[in-house]
Amino acid sequence: MSDLRLVALAGQQNAGKSTLFNLLTGLTQHIANYPGVTVDKKSGRYSHKGQSVEVVDLPGCYSLTSYSPEERVAREFLLNDRPDMVVNVLDASNLRRGLPLTFQLLEMGVPVVVALNMMDVAEGRGLEIDLAALSRRLCVPVVPVVGRKGQGAEALREAIAAEHGARPATLNYGALEPAVQELQALLADEGALKGLSARWLAVKLLEDDAEAERLLAERLDNPHPILDLAHRRRTAAGGTDAASEAIAAARDGLAADIVATCITATRAGHVPMSERIDRLLLHRLFAPVFLVAIVWAIYQLSIVQGYELTKVTWPILAGFRNVAAGVLPDAGFLIDPQLRALGLWMVDSANTLLNYVPIFLILFALIAILEDSGYMARIAFILDRILNRFGLHGQSTLPFILAGVFAGGCAVPGVMATKGIPDHRARMATILTVPFMNCMAKIPLYTLLINIYFPDTKGLMLFYLSTITVIAALLVAKLLTTSVLRHHETAPFVMELPNYHLPTIRGVVQRAVDRTWLYIKKVGTVVVSIAMVIYVLLQFPGVPADREVAYQARAEAAIAQFYDALADNPHRAAVPDQAALVRLVNAQADYKAARMNAGSKAAAEALDARFAERHPDFVPFVLRARDADARSAAAALKDLTNARTTLRREMRQDKIESSFLGMIGHGLEPVTQFADFDWKINVALLASFAARESSVATLGVLFDQEEGENATLEDRMGAEQAAEGRTALSAVALMLFFALYPPCLATVIMVRVQTDSYRWMAFSIVFPTILGLAVASAVFTLGNALGLSGLQTMTAIYLAGVAALLIVALPKPWLGRPAPVVAGERA
Amino acid sequence: MECGNGGRKGWGGGWGWGRGRRRAGQAGCATPEGHGPAACAACPVSGSLDALAPGTTCRIRRLMGCGPIRQRLLDLGIRPCREVTVIRSAPLLDPIELKVGDSYIVLRRQEAAQVEVEDV
Repeated sequence: MSDLRLVALAGQQNAGKSTLFNLLTGLTQHIANYPGVTVDKKSGRYSHKGQSVEVVDLPGCYSLTSYSPEERVAREFLLNDRPDMVVNVLDASNLRRGLPLTFQLLEMGVPVVVALNMMDVAEGRGLEIDLAALSRRLCVPVVPVVGRKGQGAEALREAIAAEHGARPATLNYGALEPAVQELQALLADEGALKGLSARWLAVKLLEDDAEAERLLAERLDNPHPILDLAHRRRTAAGGTDAASEAIAAARDGLAADIVATCITATRAGHVPMSERIDRLLLHRLFAPVFLVAIVWAIYQLSIVQGYELTKVTWPILAGFRNVAAGVLPDAGFLIDPQLRALGLWMVDSANTLLNYVPIFLILFALIAILEDSGYMARIAFILDRILNRFGLHGQSTLPFILAGVFAGGCAVPGVMATKGIPDHRARMATILTVPFMNCMAKIPLYTLLINIYFPDTKGLMLFYLSTITVIAALLVAKLLTTSVLRHHETAPFVMELPNYHLPTIRGVVQRAVDRTWLYIKKVGTVVVSIAMVIYVLLQFPGVPADREVAYQARAEAAIAQFYDALADNPHRAAVPDQAALVRLVNAQADYKAARMNAGSKAAAEALDARFAERHPDFVPFVLRARDADARSAAAALKDLTNARTTLRREMRQDKIESSFLGMIGHGLEPVTQFADFDWKINVALLASFAARESSVATLGVLFDQEEGENATLEDRMGAEQAAEGRTALSAVALMLFFALYPPCLATVIMVRVQTDSYRWMAFSIVFPTILGLAVASAVFTLGNALGLSGLQTMTAIYLAGVAALLIVALPKPWLGRPAPVVAGERA
Repeated sequence: MECGNGGRKGWGGGWGWGRGRRRAGQAGCATPEGHGPAACAACPVSGSLDALAPGTTCRIRRLMGCGPIRQRLLDLGIRPCREVTVIRSAPLLDPIELKVGDSYIVLRRQEAAQVEVEDV
């Protein structure tokens, strides 16, 4: 035996496995995926009396069949990794439900220790548990623990460290027992099956378990005699269903017997606390009210308050950018060194993502509270009916909320949160429709366009846009589940309502930090590398040489003007040559950036002092001064920097237009003309793939202002667009396209992670693009043909969407769908 | 494998509505070996779980479904001879919440229709 002891935690969902795992391993955890499936594999280590112990938290499962990925994964681990010990976590308040899994573990022949969790809840319910008797009946050590309060951890570690032999299971299968024994004897004789429990395998074969049959076919040269015998015995017992039912009944019967002998209920007939809470929270009339209130609270706390928090954290990121700007090579007067431009671009891309971290921390903490408290399962219970109509699942609610049902979320955590949906088809549909929600980054473009084209009906348009995405998501989910996802595995909606628990602070904080870190790690790395690609596409091949010469000439002229203005100014001595001038301009730009970031007056004064110390010569140009010479020097510098900003912006626009991305934007015009997108909008949409925020920023560059003008982007874009004959109808087409636009890069990566498939990732990009373009083109073309205004078109689209929704949602008894049953309500 | 629940439920009828049709539907759900619920054609009056009013307690007679759903129900303790109480239905009437032993279990009416129950 090696020095490292491998311990697996097995147990049902809601038995408190994760809490116990945290209790045992502390903060040394590692989360990965099991190969091939998107099931979390959590492992961690601790050392006990000089021995290190590796703990693996198996996914929660009710039994060890091969029906669900969780159960398959747990079983594979027990069979292949051969843990030295399995800690079976049982809920003491509901022992009868938990024991059948214990029997199966024992049958597999692995050494088991039972951790009887939630002893406090059991006590609260008046259950007296005879631990010694339980241990005797199961033939394994039983350790009482209260995971949430940290009680019993030491005793559990002791029990894990001790050696316990694997005992043969004592479960009698009644009428099936002869068949089990016959198969067991045959299997025990096979040398190739050494190391596997013959009895366990015999029972699995009688259950017609596909994985067990595969195992047999793999190990044996000729598995057919045994498979055939199993088939005959199964048939004799009344078929697969009858056999597995008899096996389940035998397990349940023994569990009932053990519970009857080991547990005394002192308060029989007592209604548990959770049920009494549910009488209120799941009340027919109050339940929706509570649900709306809780969802609203989540939105308020995470999105609204989180956004407030980003105002506090943004200066930190801006400071980081300033530091980076200081470290990188200095800017030139007109053209920056490539390294500086690239470095700042990368920092900006990273900052855009990091800016959301406070929001995610709050959001993930609230979700952890919802999950740990047990309310999440109730949300699924309340909403399943509606979502099921569209091929989704009760548990799709949370991903949609996270992604921004009410304008302002993020699809990345939304896609991440689909992990818990047990129904594979509904889960895929959720993953593919979550990006339609209005994430925070879509809002600026909507606001921009609404301000330009719908100044009088802002509220109505925002309402249309924020609800039409939900309608679109539901309809698309229905479309996908009845087409491409038709053959995907579905699972019934059958689950246990967990008891309500008060979440622990540690559990909540740990989960929130874990998930946020995962976001930063998985998304951050990829986004930064793609940002590089977009940078290259935007920078190269660059401005043509002849135009660059023209820009240089204009820059020279501006500099000459600056020196003219300073002709007899004593401060001219500070800028004897071009190099000094560039230093001055850069020093002033740095100062301005730092000044914007300085919150308090004291900070600003400290900044002034630092500047004076570092660049004493430049003080008259930059810091506020009284004497006339300094004022005229500052004015000259201001003119110069204005000219420089204008020139640089013009050059940037020129660069984008002649860049690869600009060429692509032009090249796409024949396709996008039906939706009335010109190349500028194409470029903005393409650039927004890296991060949605950049759409408005890119438009800002493209709809650039003339020198001296100080119009807002709204005015500039509006004027220019109007000059090109664009109307509110074009804006509607653009907004609809943006609403249906493919997920941003970070989300796409998450889709890849969650679906574990590049094909679905590609689908998540291609499908919305085609859909969005089709809708936008149809809207623009039809609206134009009918001579509708923007608002009329939007209203028509909206009503059409609602109508489609109702047609899909309403029961259709003539199609043989199960009609809603009101049966017995009056009884 | 997927098994539709075959028949339609009646509107408003508590017990024994449309039984015959449902049975015919479920015969198609039998296991490949040809064994299954179809063998039991002459059951006395009984109902399916989804037709029970909240507050009713019944004994489970048998499970109709097959594959994962059947296994999941068995895992959760929904097996013949056990007593089950319907606690409530969701605000939109579907799914429903049951109590089996000390467990509270929710399932869709579609799945509940595959559980046949009888009076205690």
